[in-house]
Amino acid sequence: MSRDLKPVERMKIPRHPMPAQDPLARRKNFQEVALGYTAEMAMEEAERCLQCKKPYCIDGCPVGIDIPEFIKRVRDGEFDKALQVIKRTNTLPAICGRVCPQEDQCESTCIVGKKYKPVAIGRLERFVADVELQQGTAKIPVRGERSGFRVAIVGSGPSGLSCAAELARYGHDVTIFEALHKPGGVLVYGIPEFRLPKDIVRYEIENLQKMGVEIRCNFVVGKTATVEDLVEELGYDAVFLGTGAGLPYFMGIPGENFIGVYSANEYLTRINLMKGYKFPAYDTPVQVGKTVAVVGSGNVAMDCLRTALRLGADHVICLYRRTRNESPARLEELEHAEEEGIDFHWLTAPVEVMGNDEGFVTSVRVIKMELGEPDASGRRRPVPIDGSEYEISLDTLVIAIGQGPNPLVTHSTPGLELNRRGNIVVDETTMMTSIPGVFAGGDIVTGAATVILAMGAGKVAARGIHEYLQKGSPTPGTPDHN
Amino acid sequence: MAQIVAKEEIAPKFMKYVIHAPEVARKHRAGQFVMILLHDHGERIPLTIAGSDREAGTITLVVQEVGKTTMEMALMPPGTEIEVAGPLGTPTHIEKWGTVVCIGGGAGIAPLLPIAGALQRAGNEVIAILGGRTKELVILREEMEGFADEMIYTTDDGSFGRKGLVTHALTSLIEERGNPDIVFAIGPAIMMKFVSLLTKPYGIPTVVSLNSIMIDGTGMCGCCRVSVGNETKFVCVDGPEFDGHQVDFDLLMKRQRTYLAQEEEARQRFLKDHQCRALNAQEDQR
Ligand SMILES: Cc1cc2nc3c(=O)[nH]c(=O)nc-3n(C[C@H](O)[C@H](O)[C@H](O)COP(=O)(O)OP(=O)(O)OC[C@H]3O[C@@H](n4cnc5c(N)ncnc54)[C@H](O)[C@@H]3O)c2cc1C
Ligand SMILES: Cc1cc2nc3c(=O)[nH]c(=O)nc-3n(C[C@H](O)[C@H](O)[C@H](O)COP(=O)(O)OP(=O)(O)OC[C@H]3O[C@@H](n4cnc5c(N)ncnc54)[C@H](O)[C@@H]3O)c2cc1C
Ligand code: SF4
Ligand code: SF4
Ligand code: FES
Repeated sequence: MSRDLKPVERMKIPRHPMPAQDPLARRKNFQEVALGYTAEMAMEEAERCLQCKKPYCIDGCPVGIDIPEFIKRVRDGEFDKALQVIKRTNTLPAICGRVCPQEDQCESTCIVGKKYKPVAIGRLERFVADVELQQGTAKIPVRGERSGFRVAIVGSGPSGLSCAAELARYGHDVTIFEALHKPGGVLVYGIPEFRLPKDIVRYEIENLQKMGVEIRCNFVVGKTATVEDLVEELGYDAVFLGTGAGLPYFMGIPGENFIGVYSANEYLTRINLMKGYKFPAYDTPVQVGKTVAVVGSGNVAMDCLRTALRLGADHVICLYRRTRNESPARLEELEHAEEEGIDFHWLTAPVEVMGNDEGFVTSVRVIKMELGEPDASGRRRPVPIDGSEYEISLDTLVIAIGQGPNPLVTHSTPGLELNRRGNIVVDETTMMTSIPGVFAGGDIVTGAATVILAMGAGKVAARGIHEYLQKGSPTPGTPDHN
Repeated sequence: MAQIVAKEEIAPKFMKYVIHAPEVARKHRAGQFVMILLHDHGERIPLTIAGSDREAGTITLVVQEVGKTTMEMALMPPGTEIEVAGPLGTPTHIEKWGTVVCIGGGAGIAPLLPIAGALQRAGNEVIAILGGRTKELVILREEMEGFADEMIYTTDDGSFGRKGLVTHALTSLIEERGNPDIVFAIGPAIMMKFVSLLTKPYGIPTVVSLNSIMIDGTGMCGCCRVSVGNETKFVCVDGPEFDGHQVDFDLLMKRQRTYLAQEEEARQRFLKDHQCRALNAQEDQR
C-alpha cells in the first residue's frame, strides 16, 4: 500500500530506469530491447506521482487517459483496476506504452518533470498492459446490441483498429479491408520486432475479431472495390478511411535508383512484414551489406539504423542535415541507437549517390551543413557549407525522410476534398470528409504522425459515424474524445 | 483467401492456373496484375491476369517456372488456398487506332492475350507476332489466334514459323506494309528494349509492360521504380505499361538482377528439398 510521503520526498525518488537488454547483445538479435518493469519497480515508480488535483499530464495525452487514477491503482498493486482505467480511453495500451513519444506528450507536462525527471507514465502503462497479456486475463469488450448498420473500415493501422473497436461497442457490424496480407498497418510492416513484438499486435487484433469485427486482407480499396462500390454494391452504410501515410519520399538527387538504395518502407517491409531477416527460411531476400547509411533522423530512420545492425552490418551511419537537438525521433530510440553504436553524422546531407557498372550503389557524396535562420517549422534551417563535400563508401543506403499519402483511395474517390499535400480534409469534430457518410482519420488526414494520434482520430470518427448512422448526419461541434 | 481450382502444364515449365478470386475477376481489365503469396513464409510476386471469368468468379494466370516461388506454385494441387490481391496496376489504354501489332515473347504472351482481345473488340486490326526459343515455348497460340486477324510466329531455332527474333518479323512487316498505328510489346526486358529501339526511328508509338521486382504492388515501397523519360515512376501504380521509347531498359534490367545470388540459393535449396522426378527432369533441361 501507499507509503505516507511528503511531495518533495516523492519527487526525490529517482525515476526508475527501464531494464533493457545489454547493448552489445541486443545489436545482434531481434528480441525486444526494453524489458519492462517488474511489479516492484512499477509500484515504486508509481510512488513518485503526486496525485495532482490539477493533473497536467492528462492534457499531454492525446486521448486523455486518467493518469493519476491509473497510477494510484498501480501504487496500490491493483493492476487490473489500473488497466480498466486506461482502457476507458485507450484500447491499445501495450502498444502505446511502448511507442508513444512520451517526452513530447504526457510526460512533458508532468509537474514532477519541472524539477526532477517526470513520472514514467508510459512505462507504467506498458507494465499494466503486459500484466494482462502475460496472464491472458483480457476481458473482451462486449459488442453492443446489434444496430443493423454496417460500416467499412479501410486500412488496419491504429486508426482503423480503434475505430473498429469503438464501432463494435456501439453495436455496428464492422468489416476492415486491408490491402496487405496481414493486418496492423505500420505496427506490423514498419515498427520492428525489437521495439514492438508482433505477438502483441496479433493479440490485440484477435481480441477485435472476438468482438465480431471481420477483417478482409488482400483487399485493395480503389482497386478491388472503390469507396463507391463499398456503399453502392456492398451495402455499407458508412466508410472510414484510415489508409495512413504509405507513399515513400525519395530525395530527388542523382543516383537514387542504384541497387541497394531502399526507401525505409521497402527496407522495413522486407524485414518486418516478410521476415527477410530470416532468409532463406523465409523467401523474401534483403541486401545486407557491411556499411549501411540511413538518411533522416526520425523514428523511421532509427528503426532502419538499428535493423541494419541486427542484420549484421559492421558500420551503420546516420546522415541528418540538422543536429541531434532537432532530431524528431523519440528520445529513447535515439539513446538506444547511440548505445548500440550507430555512427551519427549530424549536419550532413547527401547530394549524389554513386554506383558501379552492374548498377549497385558504392558510395554517397555528402555535404556539411550549418544552421541558419529559423524556417516555417520554427527550426533553424540547415544551409550547405560550400566546399565541404566528401564521399562515404557504402553497400546499402536507406532513405527515411518521410512518407506522404498513398493516392490509391483518394484518386479513385471523386468528390473527396484533399489539401495541397494530398491529405484528406475532414471536419475535426466528426472526422467526416466532404462526402457524407465517408469519414477519415490518422496519417491520411494529418500526414505522418503518431500511433496515439491515429488511435484518437479513429475513436472520434467512430463517434461521428455512430451519430451519422443514428441521425443521418453527425452533430458538428461536439467536444473531442472521452 | 483465393483457391487454385485447376492447373495445366501448357508447355515445359509453363503452368496455367485457374484461380477462384471473384472480386478480382469482377474488376479485372486488360493489362492488370495480381500479387500472390503462397504461404506464410513466401514471397509476394506479381503475375499478370491472362483472363477472367466474371460468372465463374475466376482468373487465369500463366506462369513460367523460373525460381523458388514459381516452382513451388507448380507443385500445388488444385484446392490449395493462396493469397491473391488485385486487380492492380493501371489498365491498358484501349482505343481504336487502326492497325495494331501485338508482340509477345515467352511468359509475356499470356498478359498480351486480354490486351489483344480488348484491342480487337475496339475495332482494331490486330497482327500478333509471337516468339520463343523453340516451338513448344511459343505458348497460347490457339488462344491468341482467337483474338488476332493475322499471326506471325518466330523461333530462335527455326523449329516453328520463321527463324529469328520477333524484331526481325517486325522489321519485315514494316518494310512490306508500312508503319502500323501502334505496337504493344510484352516479354523479356531485352525483347521490349529492342522492339522499342526498332520502332523509335519509324515514329511508331510503342507500349511495353515492365516487369520490375515488386513487394506490395500498391505504391507503398518504391522497390518497383523505373526511370521513364528521366522521371522515376512506380511500375505497380503508374504502370505496368509505359511508352517504350521513354523507358530506361538498362536500369530495369540491372534492377531485376538485384537478388540474383539469393534467388539462386533459394532455388538450389528448394530443388534439394524436393528431389522429385519432375523437378529433376526440369533441371536437366536448363
Ligand atoms: C517505421 C516507423 C516507425 C514509427 N515509430 C513510431 C513510434 O515509435 N511512435 C509513434 O507514435 N508513431 C510511430 N510511427 C508513426 C505511426 O506508426 C503512424 O503515425 C500510425 O501507424 C498511423 O496510423 P494509421 O492508422 O493512420 O495508418 P497506418 O498504420 O499507416 O495503416 C494504414 C493501413 O492502411 C492500409 N491501406 C492503405 N491503402 C489501402 C487501400 N487502398 N485499401 C486497403 N488498405 C489500405 C495499409 O496497408 C495499412 O495497413 C512510426 C512509423 C513508421 C513508418
Ligand atoms: C507486373 C508484372 C507482371 C508479371 N506477370 C507475369 C506472368 O504473367 N507470368 C509469369 O510467369 N511471370 C510474370 N512476372 C514475373 C514474375 O513475377 C517472376 O517471374 C517471379 O516473381 C519469379 O519468382 P521466383 O521466386 O519463381 O523466381 P526468382 O528466382 O525469385 O526470380 C527470378 C527472376 O524473377 C524476377 N523476380 C523475382 N522476385 C520478384 C518479385 N517479387 N517481383 C517481381 N519480379 C521478381 C527477378 O527479375 C528475378 O531475377 C510478372 C512481373 C511483373 C512485375
Ligand atoms: S497513451 Fe501515450 S500519451 Fe497517453 S498516457 Fe499513454 S503513453 Fe502517455
Ligand atoms: S502531472 Fe505527474 S505527478 Fe501530477 S498526476 Fe500527472 S503524473 Fe502524477
Ligand atoms: S511494388 Fe512497392 S511500390 Fe511498387
